[in-house]
Amino acid sequence: MIKFKTSLIIFLLICLNGFPTFAAEQKMMSIQVKKGEIRSTPSFLGIIVTRLSYGDRVYVQEERGPWVRVGLQSNSSKGWIHNSILTSKKIVLNPGAKDVQASASSDELALAGKGFSKQVENEFKEKNPNINYAWIDKMEKFVVSQKRIKQFLKEGELSPKGGF
Amino acid sequence: MTIGSKHRSSGSAVRLAVLGLGIMLVLPLFIYGCKTMDAVTNIGTSFGKSVGMISESQAESISKSSKAVARSFEDFTPEQEYYIGRTVGAVIINKYKPYRNKKANAYINLLGQTLAKASDMPETFNGYHFLILDSDEINALATPGGLIFITRGMLRCCRNEDAVAAVLAHEIGHVQFKHGLQAIKKSRVTSALIILGTEGAKTFGKEDLASLTETFEDSISDITSTLVNNGYSRKFERQADIAAVTILKRVGYDPNGLVNMLKVMEKKLKPGSPDFAKTHPSPASRIADIQKDIGKSAGGKVPKARHARFLAALGNN
Repeated sequence: MIKFKTSLIIFLLICLNGFPTFAAEQKMMSIQVKKGEIRSTPSFLGIIVTRLSYGDRVYVQEERGPWVRVGLQSNSSKGWIHNSILTSKKIVLNPGAKDVQASASSDELALAGKGFSKQVENEFKEKNPNINYAWIDKMEKFVVSQKRIKQFLKEGELSPKGGF
Repeated sequence: MTIGSKHRSSGSAVRLAVLGLGIMLVLPLFIYGCKTMDAVTNIGTSFGKSVGMISESQAESISKSSKAVARSFEDFTPEQEYYIGRTVGAVIINKYKPYRNKKANAYINLLGQTLAKASDMPETFNGYHFLILDSDEINALATPGGLIFITRGMLRCCRNEDAVAAVLAHEIGHVQFKHGLQAIKKSRVTSALIILGTEGAKTFGKEDLASLTETFEDSISDITSTLVNNGYSRKFERQADIAAVTILKRVGYDPNGLVNMLKVMEKKLKPGSPDFAKTHPSPASRIADIQKDIGKSAGGKVPKARHARFLAALGNN
């Protein structure tokens, strides 16, 4: 009887432990860059379906080389995204003390705005007023659209292959 | 006892199944064990420190012996990499002057951002951005996260678009392999992570911010002194050249653009000058290595329209 009870308890424990794992089988990932774009095809030349921002969660449907087919839970958008945008970690956007403690013991969490951050940059600027960031801010505004890239390739008789 | 014996008859298959399930249950406990130890060490360290039970150096050695030792540059998030890169870039611009030519900078960005899409790391936290530096030095520099600088002196080594593409693709290679972050001394990465770990119990205190900023400053100077004075290892330069060839081929450029640029550079470099001559392997040795990958060829002719836009943007450089 004891043995039977023990095995029953073990069985129940497995059920309790195991079922959430089965339910969460769908692989979730986070956007680890400021802005991400989901495209209709696995290529940077593919039509942009939707835009995502830092910390957004997507679920993985299919992987093809560096491209991942993902879906959004918030709406029915689906499409391709490059894996360099994704992390398996969950990104905490406004982390509090508890999140910091949790992240110290977990590889599953990443904290936005912690470590070397805007705050540290500001502190550095205060200490080093001679270093000017104006051109860095200007540089960051040099953004080339997908349309211009397509034109540039065509004009230059460039035909990209594999991995573009 | 008697009731138990009834169940014994349920067969060895059931017992085996139970044993199997039992192992499945216990095994994750062993695996999670490592993580739990980590957490314990961490909490212990921060608590001990806050009540003055252990010294800073002891705290450091405890953290080092647990998780921190396994941690490295790879643990910086793209966001942190971005903030490191911004300040490294600001320090570079402080040393050089930007080249205030809208057309030339727009062309470099169009070319560079197109190339970046073909790298193995096409996306960084805030993307790749390029700027020409108003200097006769022959130099190109990349910061973590993708701010890339190229001097007018370096552009003069480029006879066509394929050659400029080769220089930019080489720099994108350094970003892709996170070579900049790897220039940061390991002790700094460790101390940054310790500050973050101990920060948990309180809000971001002034002291923590000050010491984190100090670590930040030291990390920036590790990177800039490598970029400007010491150069990367031969291995890193080779990796960047290999990445450049891959990127050029993927976009449709002739990888001989890299060889042709290096040939011009070889003639122009002055031994002992404070630029590529100091921080890079000799062009001849790089050419020899690259030709092992792509073979020897003079390279094809650049299409007319491609050459025309190169001349229009950089012809007067």
